[in-house]
Amino acid sequence: MIRIDTVTKRYPDGTVAVDRLSLDIPDRSITVLVGPSGCGKTTTLRMINRMVEPSEGAILLDGADIRKQPVNTLRRSMGYVIQNAGLFQHRTIVDNIATVPRLLGWSKQKSRARAAELMERVGLDTALAKRYPYQLSGGQQQRVGVARALAADPPVLLMDEPFSAVDPVVRKGLQDELLRIQDELGKTIVFVTHDIDEAVKLGTMVAVLRTGGRLAQYAPPAELLSAPADAFVEDFLGADRGIRRLSFFGSDALELRTEPIVAVDSTAEQIAARAVTDAPCLLVTGLDGRPLGWSAPEDLTAGAVHTERLISCGRPFVHGEDSLRAALDCAVLSPTGWAVAVDGAGRAVGVVSQQTIGEAIRGAHAEGRAEAKAGR
Amino acid sequence: MNVLHFVNAFFGDGAHWHGYDGIPTRLAEHVRYCLIALAIAAAIGLPVGLVTGHYGRGGNALALLATAARALPSFGLLVLMTITVGFGLLPVMVPLVVLAVPPILVTTYESMRSVDPSPVDAARGMGMQESRILLQVELPVALPLILSGLRSGAIQIVSTATIAAYVGIGGLGRYIIDGLYQRDYEKVVGGASLVAGLALITLVLFWAAARCTVSRGVRRGA
Ligand SMILES: Nc1ncnc2c1ncn2[C@@H]1O[C@H](COP(=O)(O)OP(=O)(O)OP(=O)(O)O)[C@@H](O)[C@H]1O
Ligand SMILES: [Mg+2]
Repeated sequence: MIRIDTVTKRYPDGTVAVDRLSLDIPDRSITVLVGPSGCGKTTTLRMINRMVEPSEGAILLDGADIRKQPVNTLRRSMGYVIQNAGLFQHRTIVDNIATVPRLLGWSKQKSRARAAELMERVGLDTALAKRYPYQLSGGQQQRVGVARALAADPPVLLMDEPFSAVDPVVRKGLQDELLRIQDELGKTIVFVTHDIDEAVKLGTMVAVLRTGGRLAQYAPPAELLSAPADAFVEDFLGADRGIRRLSFFGSDALELRTEPIVAVDSTAEQIAARAVTDAPCLLVTGLDGRPLGWSAPEDLTAGAVHTERLISCGRPFVHGEDSLRAALDCAVLSPTGWAVAVDGAGRAVGVVSQQTIGEAIRGAHAEGRAEAKAGR
Repeated sequence: MNVLHFVNAFFGDGAHWHGYDGIPTRLAEHVRYCLIALAIAAAIGLPVGLVTGHYGRGGNALALLATAARALPSFGLLVLMTITVGFGLLPVMVPLVVLAVPPILVTTYESMRSVDPSPVDAARGMGMQESRILLQVELPVALPLILSGLRSGAIQIVSTATIAAYVGIGGLGRYIIDGLYQRDYEKVVGGASLVAGLALITLVLFWAAARCTVSRGVRRGA
């Protein structure tokens, strides 16, 4: 565990970047530092690997003051990823990644083998190994930055806005990749961002800092969204906090309907039997069980499905895996107002109306309130 | 009669190709002085430029010193040195080194300052020692500019090393001084074109050195 114990940082010009900050950063989880520009996130992160020395207070790593060990030993035990990757432009990708193993005195061969292994781990084609950084896209460079930080298998990973310089699509890919890597490796990650959505998505715990370097709230993301500590946090979380909070409710409790589903090769009687009064349309599935689209019942009365006249059912949600937010999103985007649920293999397992989802949301919120009360 | 004619006549004359005043001897002398002067200038300019550039301190003092050094006339310095220490290699080396240190020093300092700070920050954060950061992170990226500083120092040395002839230790300046004195323009032009040729070769050598030592990742594409 990393314990930040009433740490203050005053820069020589008098700026107080961090003000009596105390944080316990749990092992093997992602702790996100988030807050407006200039609130001291970078300063806090850089105090952990002693790139910045605190003016007051101490930082403990597994109970021992980090100043007790030689500074470079400490730093080599902590991966460090910065905003623009900071790759060495004169070195090939594989040699960039091999930097820390080489510093630790591993042989060139062993370091390179390790680097190649990491390229695969972070989703980089090993064919890029002999390239130079300028020959890579921004997203690829950032992956190299992550691979380089992981090269010597440090228990701690410090990341300062690592994904903020890439476009939203690439950023989402990198975030998913980080979560996947974290699932496999279980590092203690301290992650700085100014993007609250990123914080909520990645964080096991989220620390919201306010300008002047003071801690505003330290909580798991779901709690942050449901119970912001004060007006500053609430404001920082943004307008659609309620919608975002739905990401933390599972869709497994949703009651799915299976009657309004017909296979594409159904007979007239089968179709007639499926038509229910409260569902406006029937969902047509292919022979493999995948949803093809919605069909108006009158289109089916001829006794056969007209595949060319189907109404798109949009992107379905994965039942039990996706959140209520995803389910609601599907229903809102669907022309029929009904969301399609699929299983992990993409086969339709049911449909659900906006109304049902709405009820589930109210239920989940009531449960959340009850839990919060019980927790206090 | 034109310059080309002089050049032809000078190099066509077999007498110019051997003996203590022959082209090979004079060329060898000249090259030797140049190499010594460049080595001394680099030994002063490179380390000072690298270290001050790395720590980002002393830039103003360096600029001041460099300007002052540039203002010193090489010939005046030669005369002064000859008066104080007499004839020999030393009075020639001092003005040459004084001439070449400023471009080497200032360019090295500037090149280190212009290195992108984020890889340096990353390197430090990964636990690299300062000396390694200087030599393995900053230097390879600053190298093209550093070489250009060395190159301008070297070119200035090559052309100014002609002053060695004034203190009687030969070099290509011999032809120019003797030629002027004897009104033998063939010799003047011949000596001058040898100096020019040597300067060109210096350029080519530096170009080749850059090709060999600068990483493809820094050169980009090429
Ligand atoms: N070396 C320094 N000297 C003086 N003041 C500094 C220094 N570094 C940072 N500061 C100040 O300390 C405060 C916190 O800076 P810090 O870089 O930690 O903010 P941040 O939260 O990372 O901001 P951003 O989101 O913009 O990166 C700011 O007011 C900044 O101007
Ligand atoms: Mg910052």
